[in-house]
Amino acid sequence: MIIRCPYCGPRDVIEFTYQGDATRRRPDPASSDQDAWNSYIYDRTNPGGSHREFWLHGGGCRQHLVITRDMTTHAISSVAFARSIVAGESS
Amino acid sequence: MTSSRLSKGGRIDRSRSIRFLFDGKAYSGHPGDTLASALLANGITLFGRSFKYHRPRGVFAAGSDEPNALVTVLSGDVREPNVRATELEIFDGLVTRSQNRFPSLEHDFLAVNQLAGPLFSAGFYYKTFMGPAIGPLRGTRFWMFCEKFIRRAAGLGKAGTSPDPERYERMNAFCDILVVGSGPGGLIAAEAAAATGARVIIAEERPLAGGSLLASGEMIDGRNPAVWAREKAEALASLPNVRFLTRTSVWGYYDGNVLTAVEHVSDYKPNRTKGLARQRHWVIRTGRVILATGAFERPMVFPGNDRPGVMLADAMRRYAIEYGVATGSAVTLFTNNDSAYDAARALSIGGVNVVAIVDVRPDISGTCRDIASVAGAELLLGHAVTATHAGKTLSSITVQHFNAETGRVSGAPREIRTDSLGVSGGWSPAIHLASQAGGKPEWDEDLQAFLPPEPNQNWVMTGSAAGYMDTISVMSDAATKGSAKSRLVLPAVEAPMLDSSPAPVFEIEPAIKSQKAFVDFQHDVTADDIRLAYREGFHSVEHLKRYTTLGMATDQGKTSNVPGLAIMADVRGISIPQAGTTRFRPPFTPVSLGALAAERHGDLRPHRLTPMHDWHLANGAKTYEAGLWHRPMIYSSHGETIEQAYTREAKAVRDSVGIVDVSTLGKIDIQGPDAAEFLDRVYTNMFSTLPVGKARYGLMLREDGIAFDDGTTWRLGETQFLMTTTTANAGPVMQHLEYYLDCVWPELRVHLTSVTDVWAGSAVSGPKARAVLEGCVTGTKVDNDTLPFMGIVRGKIADVPVMICRLSFSGELAYEVYCGAGYGVHIWEALLAAGKPFAILPYGLEALGTLRIEKGHVTGAEIDGRTTAHDLHLDWMLSKKKPFIGSAMVHREGLKNENRLSLVGLISLDNQSINGGSHIVTDPRPREPADSFGHVTAACYSPALGKYIALALVKHGTSMIGNRAFATDLLRDKHCAVEIVSHHMFDAEGSRMHG
Repeated sequence: MIIRCPYCGPRDVIEFTYQGDATRRRPDPASSDQDAWNSYIYDRTNPGGSHREFWLHGGGCRQHLVITRDMTTHAISSVAFARSIVAGESS
Repeated sequence: MTSSRLSKGGRIDRSRSIRFLFDGKAYSGHPGDTLASALLANGITLFGRSFKYHRPRGVFAAGSDEPNALVTVLSGDVREPNVRATELEIFDGLVTRSQNRFPSLEHDFLAVNQLAGPLFSAGFYYKTFMGPAIGPLRGTRFWMFCEKFIRRAAGLGKAGTSPDPERYERMNAFCDILVVGSGPGGLIAAEAAAATGARVIIAEERPLAGGSLLASGEMIDGRNPAVWAREKAEALASLPNVRFLTRTSVWGYYDGNVLTAVEHVSDYKPNRTKGLARQRHWVIRTGRVILATGAFERPMVFPGNDRPGVMLADAMRRYAIEYGVATGSAVTLFTNNDSAYDAARALSIGGVNVVAIVDVRPDISGTCRDIASVAGAELLLGHAVTATHAGKTLSSITVQHFNAETGRVSGAPREIRTDSLGVSGGWSPAIHLASQAGGKPEWDEDLQAFLPPEPNQNWVMTGSAAGYMDTISVMSDAATKGSAKSRLVLPAVEAPMLDSSPAPVFEIEPAIKSQKAFVDFQHDVTADDIRLAYREGFHSVEHLKRYTTLGMATDQGKTSNVPGLAIMADVRGISIPQAGTTRFRPPFTPVSLGALAAERHGDLRPHRLTPMHDWHLANGAKTYEAGLWHRPMIYSSHGETIEQAYTREAKAVRDSVGIVDVSTLGKIDIQGPDAAEFLDRVYTNMFSTLPVGKARYGLMLREDGIAFDDGTTWRLGETQFLMTTTTANAGPVMQHLEYYLDCVWPELRVHLTSVTDVWAGSAVSGPKARAVLEGCVTGTKVDNDTLPFMGIVRGKIADVPVMICRLSFSGELAYEVYCGAGYGVHIWEALLAAGKPFAILPYGLEALGTLRIEKGHVTGAEIDGRTTAHDLHLDWMLSKKKPFIGSAMVHREGLKNENRLSLVGLISLDNQSINGGSHIVTDPRPREPADSFGHVTAACYSPALGKYIALALVKHGTSMIGNRAFATDLLRDKHCAVEIVSHHMFDAEGSRMHG
């Protein structure tokens, strides 16, 4: 699998580390809603199709990326820096 | 009479002879021969014994699809098992041995397994694993009983035990187009692709380009097709944008058009040039793939179809045309399709005597009839082979009437004398790589075969792999697959007009069977095994495969896949596409582990050494590895035991002063306007209130509330912190922090830099530690007012800038002195010189551990991924004023349950050492396994207490204090009576470090 890092260019998957589901949202830090925290920490879906996930380019620029990947074909449809994606969504 | 060399023909070099050994006997062959062709030329038809039944087996195919003729190649002490004789090129001095026979190939004791046939039927292993439900051999005991016999009897070649002295290499390659295979399709596609200027790699698994053209009876541009192919390949190889790899098997197709291949660089050469690799492993990243992998001929399934002398019709043709070898003096063919007639034509041109052609079809084309008549072969239409007979090798076959519509065998058996039977059950495109790429193959009714699926990556298939079964259509398809705009002028091909559609007949099943009919030759799976699997409820092809091991041998079912599925579809009364097919997985052909490892063997871990490493070694340090670091364990002097050495070192720290190398601690430079806020979020305690020039001990949790790491963080400026982590967690903590900055709090203006290797650290500990610093530090005072507990100062030692923080892991008055890594030894030696009046001693990790165990300080042994701050009595560090990572989950009921293991100290009551990892129990020698209610995390002899002590995690820890128990190590049979005490075993009030 080749991931097109927006900073480093196309690189082999061996340089990257999977960092989990990028669709989950961390509850308000001050919240004590146990269900929300439980769901954030433990619940994961495994969709047979497009999915968003965090990857760390540890063997390159050390940036976290948000990758949209088809779970059945492994085809990657988009790659972006996690910082800009997450910042964009929370603003 | 049996197989022999023909007087002419073949691309072998008859002017030269090669001597080689097979089972200790010398034979000769010619350059260009494979082991299979050379042995056949010597009249050898028995090549090995089969996997389960030890049946005699001969060569069955002529290439990588060979299921039977596997041999072991010996060179000195090194043995390589399971090499296909059909691919092994002979060279002078080659030593080979047949497999799975004892004591010899001709006389094999375990051939009695044939009589025990039903015992080894489908699902044998599963049934044996389960064992009977009652009796002395119940459960897995029966398996235990059988195992040693089965291991000896079943199997392929034996792996070698001596190290492989050969060299292997690996290569990465990049191209626009990778062409796999160089038959007529591959050559034309590569030519069309190369004409566009694209970078092309062609990989051919055989030594020569040409594929089917090497054994074809056709003419191309009026010339021998093998010569045409050779010239075409040479012309391609000479192009600057083409790389032509022969003897290179592409074995894997991975995501992103990454393909893997093994090139046999020199393992076919008698005298290998020194330094030349035996094999080279290729990882090829390509824009587009053209799969011109050809097709495999399928066997027919009929009783006795595994006898030596029975082989694929195309293999028979290849031995005659390519190697000048007649596989018999009177050969017969058995077919359900026209391709056997093409083989018959080539065989008769090559000088092989074809006596009869048995065809299941009631009628055939005029072309086929003409071929049979020219070859002088008797034509038996609407017939099938129902048995084979043999002494040492095939002597005759039984033929009966056969109705291809009903599958019924009838009429009087007739015996035909023949010493070699070529079978053809149609052709299966080699779709393995496409299947690996993820595509689901589609059944083609016309070809009675699975065709490649719709491409899901950037690949195309061409040639017979794509279902084009004649050279003319192969070439015209290949040109357009090579380049859509190809203007290639295709050569003229002279070939007989044959029909590529076989009769849908896979198995001949006479009413009375006296012989086994094999589907998977390499794993000894018979047609009856498939029917048994069906009766026992294994209907899906995936279950069938696993239950019978059909197609799971080293040949990956190249010949057995489709016949096996066809038989299952038949018993289920459904069509083959309804039954479906399993997916092919890498490797397409077996790959040696040496090629995969290449130069990457031995110790591949990085070794991390501190700046003071050489000093430690020069001063008697015995080191061990802690993570990737090499750290001093003890500094031994004159024959001390380890315990004596660390006791002496730890005592020196408590009595006067010691020094320890702490350069390995993880160090992260944290800067930015939001650095303090960031630390408040990642640590359980508050850091924004920390004054500049002070350090604080911090605890991090995971999001789920479990303790993650601890360490001190120093505030060097309003917006700058230096975080230290445990040695082992330096990487994970860095990754943890980066994750939160990138993925959770991108709004925080904070930057992280790992500076672990930038600083060298020396910790000076003991009552005289301040005196040592006073003796060497300039530019700052180090008294209690200037440098209080957790204070930081900057100054110089021996003219080199240092940063000193007063913090203590040992519980003594202690300082960590940091300097640039390049000055590590300089500062270390200066501190030792200043400590000389106080008899300063360097101490190792054992003494460091002893000092912290006495104090009850935790490390990774206690922060083990299961413990919480409560368990470790660190709940005082959980801030109530702010949220932090883990704050929402840390107070969950289950994490505060009194039943949880919590930290305590142990003191040995019988003056015995306590083994690390011991379990805490009430009865040291229970008759039945008893409940453990805790375990020892760290143990030592404490010079300060004069006792053996330990830290342990124990259920109801705090309320157990004062109780007695046993620390029991069942593995080493050591049982120690202990008293459970507070984890603060020494100087509980901490007066020593504050002094």
